[in-house]
Amino acid sequence: MANVSLVIVSHSKQLGEGLVKLLRQVAPGVDIHEAAGLGDELGTDATAIMAALQQCPNTHDILVFFDLGSAAMNAEMALELVPPSVAERTRIVDAPLVEGAVAAAVAARSQLPLDDVMQQAETARIMQKRLG
Amino acid sequence: MLTLETLQAFIQAYAARLAELCTVLDDLDNRIGDGDHGTNMARGFRTAADRITGETFADLGALCQAVAMALLASVGGASGPLYATAFMRFAQSWKDCTNVDFGQVATGVANACEGLRARGKAEVGEKTLLDVWTPASEALAAQPDEYGMRAAVARATKAALASRDIPATKGRAAYLGERSVGTCDPGSISSAVFFEELADATVGGVTKTSWQTSAW
Repeated sequence: MANVSLVIVSHSKQLGEGLVKLLRQVAPGVDIHEAAGLGDELGTDATAIMAALQQCPNTHDILVFFDLGSAAMNAEMALELVPPSVAERTRIVDAPLVEGAVAAAVAARSQLPLDDVMQQAETARIMQKRLG
Repeated sequence: MLTLETLQAFIQAYAARLAELCTVLDDLDNRIGDGDHGTNMARGFRTAADRITGETFADLGALCQAVAMALLASVGGASGPLYATAFMRFAQSWKDCTNVDFGQVATGVANACEGLRARGKAEVGEKTLLDVWTPASEALAAQPDEYGMRAAVARATKAALASRDIPATKGRAAYLGERSVGTCDPGSISSAVFFEELADATVGGVTKTSWQTSAW
């Protein structure tokens, strides 16, 4: 049985918290964390991302979402600074933040393995939201 | 020569200079990015400077590592992981040394430059700080002494001003592409200031550019 945790990295505290709230409604029971904002300012903090990664259960794989390029840079930095046992279970996905995270949360709720959860997130880029 | 004392003095001086230039850098960034480069850099290096004030460090490696960790948690934008990476490379290069000669400074700067390239996945000519760090590093490597340090400042300053004519393909300015031409890259300016202050702390008597008038 696969378990994937999600970590949301955003420049905005409100954006991160809002997205986590949305994801918990879409996929209750999935382990989700955020590392968003820099205090009350906009920004990302590699040490907060490290903390979020380390909050994920050590039996879980981890998928990290980011909003803008510099957030990805900080996420990569954090991955280099956490213990290898955490880093080797973690992937950073380049996907639309909201749509990708929703797709991933649904996939994680179905207990799909990390590769599949990541693929769902990436596929969200071309998925049509307005049907018919 | 770079000592524990001169490196600490450099961090303090760079933090003070960033505070002075904060508005200029924010204004530049406002035109081609998200308007916070000055604020982020000033906040980050102020945090780093405060972190090392009154502390004693066993060697340059420990000092650079402390600066890196302070920047990581306080800058907020892309400059955070970039400068943290640079200082981590300094830390590796100058591990166990309480002072280093200009040859070792050149090695440290070259390693930092390589770290920046890898972290930012950037190449020279993309309107990023790498456009400044690379020629400065080359100047210092070609002549690892006082004169090379001054040459590095000259190359860095020239490159920072030349960033005005480059279309951005990396970072937030890449959203503007060709429309970023005509504005200097704020990250290049703050990098040129980095080399001005590093040279001033190590060899002294550096003529500093008044970026307020020349950056536009």
